Amino acid sequence: MKGTFTLDGSEVPFHEGQTVLEAARDAGRYIPHLCAHPEFEPHGSCRVCTVKAEGRMAAACTLPAREGLAVESATDELRELRRGLVQLLFVEGNHFCPSCEKSGDCQLQAVGYALEVRSLHFPQLFPDRPLDASHPDVLLDFNRCILCELCVRASAEVDHKSVFALGGRGIDKHLIVNAESGRLADTSLSVTDTAVGVCPVGVILKKGRGFTVPLGQRTYDRAPIDAPPEKAGKP
Amino acid sequence: MSPAELSQLLHRHHGDPNRLLQMLREVQAAAGWVSPEVITELAKGLTLPRARVEGVATFYTLLATRPRGEYQVLFADNIIERFHGSVALRERLCAALGVAPGALRPDGRVSVGTTSCIGLSDQPASLLVNGLAIARLTVERVDAIAALIGQRAPLDQWPAELFHVDEPIRRAGLLLGAHLEPGAAVRAALARSSEALLEELKRSKLRGRGGAGFSTHDKWRAARDAPGPTRFVVCNADEGEPGTFKDRTLLRRQLDAVLDGMTVAAHAIGAQRGFIYLRGEYLFIAPAIEAALAARRAAHLLGRDVLGRTGFDFDLELHLGAGAYVCGEESALLESLEGRRGIPRRRPPYPVTHGYLQRPTVVNNVETFASVAHVALAGGARFAELGTERSTGTRVHSVSGDCARPGLYELPMGASVRELLDACGAEAPIQAVQVGGPSRTLLSPRELDRALCFEDLPSAGAFMVFGPQRDLLEVVASFARFFAHESCGFCTPCRVGTTQLQGAVDALVGGRGTRRDVRHALRLCALMRDASHCGLGTTAGRPFMQLYEKFKPTIERSLSSLEFRPTFDLDEALAPARALTGRDDERAHLEDP
Repeated sequence: MKGTFTLDGSEVPFHEGQTVLEAARDAGRYIPHLCAHPEFEPHGSCRVCTVKAEGRMAAACTLPAREGLAVESATDELRELRRGLVQLLFVEGNHFCPSCEKSGDCQLQAVGYALEVRSLHFPQLFPDRPLDASHPDVLLDFNRCILCELCVRASAEVDHKSVFALGGRGIDKHLIVNAESGRLADTSLSVTDTAVGVCPVGVILKKGRGFTVPLGQRTYDRAPIDAPPEKAGKP
Repeated sequence: MSPAELSQLLHRHHGDPNRLLQMLREVQAAAGWVSPEVITELAKGLTLPRARVEGVATFYTLLATRPRGEYQVLFADNIIERFHGSVALRERLCAALGVAPGALRPDGRVSVGTTSCIGLSDQPASLLVNGLAIARLTVERVDAIAALIGQRAPLDQWPAELFHVDEPIRRAGLLLGAHLEPGAAVRAALARSSEALLEELKRSKLRGRGGAGFSTHDKWRAARDAPGPTRFVVCNADEGEPGTFKDRTLLRRQLDAVLDGMTVAAHAIGAQRGFIYLRGEYLFIAPAIEAALAARRAAHLLGRDVLGRTGFDFDLELHLGAGAYVCGEESALLESLEGRRGIPRRRPPYPVTHGYLQRPTVVNNVETFASVAHVALAGGARFAELGTERSTGTRVHSVSGDCARPGLYELPMGASVRELLDACGAEAPIQAVQVGGPSRTLLSPRELDRALCFEDLPSAGAFMVFGPQRDLLEVVASFARFFAHESCGFCTPCRVGTTQLQGAVDALVGGRGTRRDVRHALRLCALMRDASHCGLGTTAGRPFMQLYEKFKPTIERSLSSLEFRPTFDLDEALAPARALTGRDDERAHLEDP
């Protein structure tokens, strides 16, 4: 089955089983998102892709596309909502872009620019999250984690290792690794794992290759994340 | 726990990963905490990734992944309990035991912390000690508890009277006034075909009592019509909404009606297995449920060929939660039942087609199943005579707060708020009434003629009365703290928003609030309402929004006149540096700007 729905008034084709976000992406239309990734089953946790469909708010990444569905995305209301969500993600962790190896390649930062987030607005929580530098090839800087679970999904579904999982609840939810010691070195992670490359922010970093591409020449320095697909940065 | 004990535990649960939470509960009960070594061994025994077991163990409040002492005391930190002096009683117990709040005493004997409402706000203040409830706390009872812990008396040697829980049924109706023989409703149901039974249910117009009010008939028919040979019936006995305790009473006084209702459901939809998911805080009810299940098996009300009906095989299991309000949401409950973190599922698909183990599943509230028993016995038309056009039957209200007679009140659907206030002897003048708990409606005195039914005020049964002496901001702050504590953390708006909202409301309560805090709070409420993954997040901002809409002067009075309040004290920030350098002289401080 095939069909079309409308996104901000213009038609988007879809085929059976696609979500609104997938169909929009195929049509070269950008809906801001963080936890969705074309290679993985969507789960709708970051909520940055929230759209309005027939008067109801829904995450575009889990909303099934349906014939004739009228979807709003680029409205002031939704931009304001997404800005709020990105601000909440920023104040939840410890994000210092100028000193981050991922600056310019970071999707949180890029979405922040695309949504014109100019301040944090909310009080920062300044959590205490120690680094894990135990692994010979990979560094974990939990300060930047946005809990998108992409590494969890990649490690379980692609690498078949389940190196990562989530522990705790509510604001204490955090990324954990599959070892009694809690140290990455004691897991089966290898630097070539899919889970290592999938992090949209700067948590999972390969050691020994910092700043190989100078700031100013990185993915989203060349073109913003919301640029038309032929120009947009690909991480 | 020794390796032998662990291996017995695994064996008892057939090495079934779906039973992980039940195993963790048993480890907690036996060892007092779930150690990293036990997590590793359980993961090996169940061939699960260790991190998954750790993820489950760290999700539930009543599981400790650090030593919490031989005696683990958790005070219920609900606003009703606070108004009955729970904070002072907690401090008294801490002082008597020489332990800091929330910390483990250095000798490893005891810790005293807090948890959310434990379903005893009709007899506050209350606490859990090693999972068992103690209600009606007074200075004397707290001192007695301190002495018992001081003597290191084993829990089973504590006076039984301490653990007595009242069931103050103030007004009984169809459900609470019934005297049903075990199995009477099942016999009545088996006299009809499952199709005829569903028709009776349709005629009754019964709607689910969990709060959402979905048609029970429609739910059951959808589950019956879903493809596949295996079906499940699940009783949601995870009432966690602060101020709700009616399921406690129904399970202790009308258990056979509830179990009959579940068996009737099995007949109607063709289910073979069922679960009672009991909130962990109701551990004290578990033995009676287990005994009733055993008695029903002996009486052929459960098991193979129920009541001699060939091919009607149905059995029930009791599962215990471990302290997570979010598991009251039906899909999170199913996740928990499958031994995982209680994260609400993405919907569709719905549990009626993809429930427990992705099989068709009916999940209903305790009160719904009790009502079903009466529909099966007396027919749908009789049931529909009670209540209103679109809300039939009765409703059991859990009444607490500033009234002479807190307890259980069963009224026909559609009764007015005022009627219930009069019945419970509410203290005049009423300042506010919270109907349905924090996630529902805050009523001002101008709204007391509203009706308690789905058409007007849907409720999961909580009814809290606030007299003139109460600070409503403190009430809302308590609700904000509750949602922050109970957010599962899955989605951004609820995970971060509930904590931010708690901060903003706390600032207002402390008299440090500014208009900016109010604007922040309102923006957070809207964000959570619009963007959250499940009902917990979408309703978490309601208490503050309703306070703002209906009780604006309460907020205005609390504001300091400032538009801006510094959140950061530069001199304070130098304190660690002063401590490190051992200096506290004038020049180690910043001058006042």
